[in-house]
Amino acid sequence: MTSASMARKYKARQVQVGQRSTTSAMIASLAAEGYDTVQAPFGHALVELARRDERVLGLTADLGKYTDLHVFAEAMPDRFYQMGMAEAVLMSAAAGLAREGFMPFATTYAVFAARRAYDFIAMAIAEENLPVRIVCALPGLTTGYGPSHQATEDLAIFRGLPNLTIVDPCDAVDIAQMVPAIAAHDGPVYCRLLRGRVPVVLTRHKPDYRFELGKAQLIREGRDVLVIATGLMTMRALDAAEALAKDGIDVAVLHVPTIKPLDRATITEEAGKAGRLVVTAENHTVVGGLGEAVATTLLTAGVTPAFRMIGLPDAFLEAGALPTLHDMYGISTDRVAARIRSWL
Amino acid sequence: MTEGPRARARSNVSLEQRAWNIRRKALLMGEVQGQGYIGQALGIADVLAAAYFHALDYRADDPEWEGRDRFLLSVGHYAIALYATLMEAGILPEEELATYGMDDSRMPMSGMASYTPGMEITGGSLGQGLGIALGMAMGLRRKGAGAFVYNLMSDGELGEGSTWEAAMVAAHHGLGNLICLVDFNNQQADGRSTAMLSAEPLEAKWRAFGWHCQRVDGNDLKAVVAAFDAARAVAGPVPRVIVFDTRMCKGVPFLEQREIAHFVRVEPEEWGKALGVLEEGRPQ
Ligand SMILES: Cc1ncc(C[n+]2csc(CCOP(=O)(O)OP(=O)(O)O)c2C)c(N)n1
Ligand SMILES: [Mg+2]
Repeated sequence: MTSASMARKYKARQVQVGQRSTTSAMIASLAAEGYDTVQAPFGHALVELARRDERVLGLTADLGKYTDLHVFAEAMPDRFYQMGMAEAVLMSAAAGLAREGFMPFATTYAVFAARRAYDFIAMAIAEENLPVRIVCALPGLTTGYGPSHQATEDLAIFRGLPNLTIVDPCDAVDIAQMVPAIAAHDGPVYCRLLRGRVPVVLTRHKPDYRFELGKAQLIREGRDVLVIATGLMTMRALDAAEALAKDGIDVAVLHVPTIKPLDRATITEEAGKAGRLVVTAENHTVVGGLGEAVATTLLTAGVTPAFRMIGLPDAFLEAGALPTLHDMYGISTDRVAARIRSWL
Repeated sequence: MTEGPRARARSNVSLEQRAWNIRRKALLMGEVQGQGYIGQALGIADVLAAAYFHALDYRADDPEWEGRDRFLLSVGHYAIALYATLMEAGILPEEELATYGMDDSRMPMSGMASYTPGMEITGGSLGQGLGIALGMAMGLRRKGAGAFVYNLMSDGELGEGSTWEAAMVAAHHGLGNLICLVDFNNQQADGRSTAMLSAEPLEAKWRAFGWHCQRVDGNDLKAVVAAFDAARAVAGPVPRVIVFDTRMCKGVPFLEQREIAHFVRVEPEEWGKALGVLEEGRPQ
């Protein structure tokens, strides 16, 4: 224990904001004032899908209650498999079931799929292009439990995997509609999941919004800034845009729920409209996620607007209360608005 | 093995009192946060008391003392229980109790090596501890050190393949300085361990993997102490495991009788009540 990585050993935490708050590690829902919420949208959508498609099965590695799969397990106990806490075999078994013609939905936390089960996903599922749907709670920084539970690099890991479709939904609307959409897709899919009480965001800002696999959609128009966001950061971007509008700053928000394959056409077209600062926003490390994917897309297309990235730092993050951590790492609404303001 | 520090740690305070103190500190921490894995902490308190006040060799004022027995908390979410124990052992100052889980605390809700003196590894990604422990046991043996490496893991971790990879490797390499402690509280995140993924016959499994295995009531202090003694006394280069059958929420009957879950809900006013109930059972 002499390496530089231990330099901070035993030091009290350096918290930047306010007074102490408690670790809200087990919160079921993300703080999202002013939004309606829906309980367990994934579980309910899966039950609905399974009623129509008898190939659908649910599997988990001791996290059914924590990935909203318990809703499915209760409704269809004979189509639910508890694998015990064994993420590797969860993925191998899902591959085996898919080979036999079933459509398994396998759930765990994002860290354990991305880190522990990666090789099994790569070889048993992705290389064979099997229709396994991997649905994972606690994406990015959505728990205060520290690096063991914070999936800050799952998108980077999975983006490198051929054949795999990657979805980072923003809200309950995305989640409910992505379930049938990914079921209709012929190939493996990795989805980030928001569980418990999930806010309804997109239809409030754009009443006719519908999730479309592989499509980026403009949720809000704006002349000064274009935020290209994914996952819960679309919610942050929309909230920040409302705050910035009060200062006369006009912010457009392009929601990119499908990370791979990326909707390059829409991204290039929107970013190509002259005169706007382009900002990417993701609940993920700035290494290897949406921001770098967008940057590559734009540079390749010869589109070079002023460009900034909002995301988590390339570091193992602290443990603590989520609101504190979101402020500390710049993904709270206030911080997103402040940073955009500072770049203008 | 030097006897000095261990003898001092034993002192004249009974193990019953130590276990009770650990339970009380854990409840006080739970009260601070209004949450915490209190069911697990109350269940494992007797094992931790026997570990830190009977079996382990360490120096409270020098948690990185080279000669110490290593104690790895593979099951990171049991951190509240280990913090209570480290405070009881004088490794962590008791004044910090009220910071448990707070943003500026050295005691995050899941155990992290870089935050806390006496926390050897960052556990929590379950199924990693035993492999690290066997590596440390190999390292200590290479250095000619006589210390033991203890790894505390949960029954849930028996599901991870990595646990059984480590079990095979440890036996193959004859790691007689490795002692694995399994908390069989028959609970996992989704329900009863036995109902989810049966580990039985568990002792036969460990033995078949080449381990010396004991299984005892983890809330019977005498049996726990005897098991630690027997594990340390095994002759020959065999890794040792003790499976402790424990009862979640042990020591607070109204919580014990509640429908037990992975995350035992305790209402805000119940922390005081639990401390009161515990007080009634204070060892004489
Ligand atoms: C590798 C891994 N998979 C899943 C989890 C999520 N998880 C946290 S605690 C837990 C239950 C595991 O069983 P056990 O440790 O016996 O639980 P307890 O006795 O505390 O209820 C699970 C699945 C994890 N932390 N690590
Ligand atoms: Mg358990």
